[in-house]
Amino acid sequence: MKSILNQQQIQLTIKRLANQIIEDHTDLYQTVLIGIQPRGIYFSDRVVAEISAEIGSATINYGKLDITFYRDDLRTGIHVPNKTSIDFSIEGKKVILIDDVLYTGRTIRASLDALMDFGRPEKVELVVLIDRRYSRQLPIQPDYIGKSIDSIVSQKVKVLWQERDGKDEVVLLDE
Amino acid sequence: MTLSTRHLLGIKDLNAQDISLILQTAQQFKEVLQRPIKKVPSLRDITIVNLFFENSTRTRISFELAEKRLSADTISFSASGSSVSKGETLLDTVNNILSMKVDMVVMRHSASGAPHFLAKHIPAAIINAGDGINEHPTQALLDAFSMQEKFGSLQGLKVAIIGDIMHSRVAQSNIYLLSKMGAEVVVCGPPTLIPKYIAQAFDVRVEYNLQKTLEWCDVANVLRIQLERQNQVLFSSLREYNLAYGISKNILNGLSKSVTIMHPGPINRGVELDSDVADSDQSIILQQVENGVAVRMAVLYLLANRTN
Repeated sequence: MKSILNQQQIQLTIKRLANQIIEDHTDLYQTVLIGIQPRGIYFSDRVVAEISAEIGSATINYGKLDITFYRDDLRTGIHVPNKTSIDFSIEGKKVILIDDVLYTGRTIRASLDALMDFGRPEKVELVVLIDRRYSRQLPIQPDYIGKSIDSIVSQKVKVLWQERDGKDEVVLLDE
Repeated sequence: MTLSTRHLLGIKDLNAQDISLILQTAQQFKEVLQRPIKKVPSLRDITIVNLFFENSTRTRISFELAEKRLSADTISFSASGSSVSKGETLLDTVNNILSMKVDMVVMRHSASGAPHFLAKHIPAAIINAGDGINEHPTQALLDAFSMQEKFGSLQGLKVAIIGDIMHSRVAQSNIYLLSKMGAEVVVCGPPTLIPKYIAQAFDVRVEYNLQKTLEWCDVANVLRIQLERQNQVLFSSLREYNLAYGISKNILNGLSKSVTIMHPGPINRGVELDSDVADSDQSIILQQVENGVAVRMAVLYLLANRTN
């Protein structure tokens, strides 16, 4: 087990990502942030909290998206869905998808399909805390990256959150 | 988490965890049905046949919609106008359909146990859409979903099932489900329409007085008098039934509390339920129908993965 990010680094990374988003999206009214269920939500909650602390909360559109029904591996096993809550229109908006780890890209592929059923966004961007680069199975790249890591298939990235696991940390596990 | 069964033949075969999983999944499908595009690609690779050997409006439309909202391919079949009238057996009919590569069968049949018989002989996943006087599991699930939506939980909920208990598969499925989920159940109706040993067989109380039943319950699930299944005279007239067991605005107004009214449909207005009650805001009958699609989507989704 190898630590990739500790508590302080995670905090700084989230601060930096939030600031990059604010920098690129001067009119946050035209932007919506969407966290991907279930594990991306811990990260997206933090990013959104950081952005609202920075600019004042009133104007942020923040939703949660579950992609279970759009998965490409439904025949190999059952997956229990989580809650989707997008109670605003994404039509013509800039959408920022937020997930904790980008690996094969299949979750993001499913998210894009799911998203299109809510309307036609002007643009979709992707924020990830950890980018497991060189392991993509689909042509999908993030726009904002917390940290890029090199890892092999047998390894696993585990993101721990204070709310759920008692501490903030990202670790690389060897199986 | 997965269901403990391959088929949905009856609530009898499910455990509390299965029921919770279905209701929880249905909740997410209900959200899907509020979206601009009310459709997900989950069952794109699944073919479903709807076999209706008995008449149906709601259940059939509800299943067909659920299947389409899940992107499944569907074929619908009704006994009238098919080779069943030429003397083909049930097993032959189904095997012929299955040889055309069908993954799931949704079946309604007037013979109790017909879906159980099929499940023993064919490889497809079978969903019972009502078999004779045995069970109607998806109706009980959507009733439970609607009650849970209204009251938050089924645990400790006081539910009265009123009317023709004897001939009702809805009643039987509801009783199984509600007792597995910790609700209290009273069945109420004329003695001739309540099976004699029901209190011994199930975890229910029998009550013959409508007024007392309504005063006790949170929810009244009112059943239709199934004249088509009664082969002897069990009460003297529909008018008399209405006077003794029909739910009128008058009775409801006389209670010390507000009772939620449910009905699986089709309603015989003026028999078991008066029009002004069916259309009042105490009634959640149309919500039941709406929830039916989400619940059936959940059932199809959770069972579809098992067909390979």
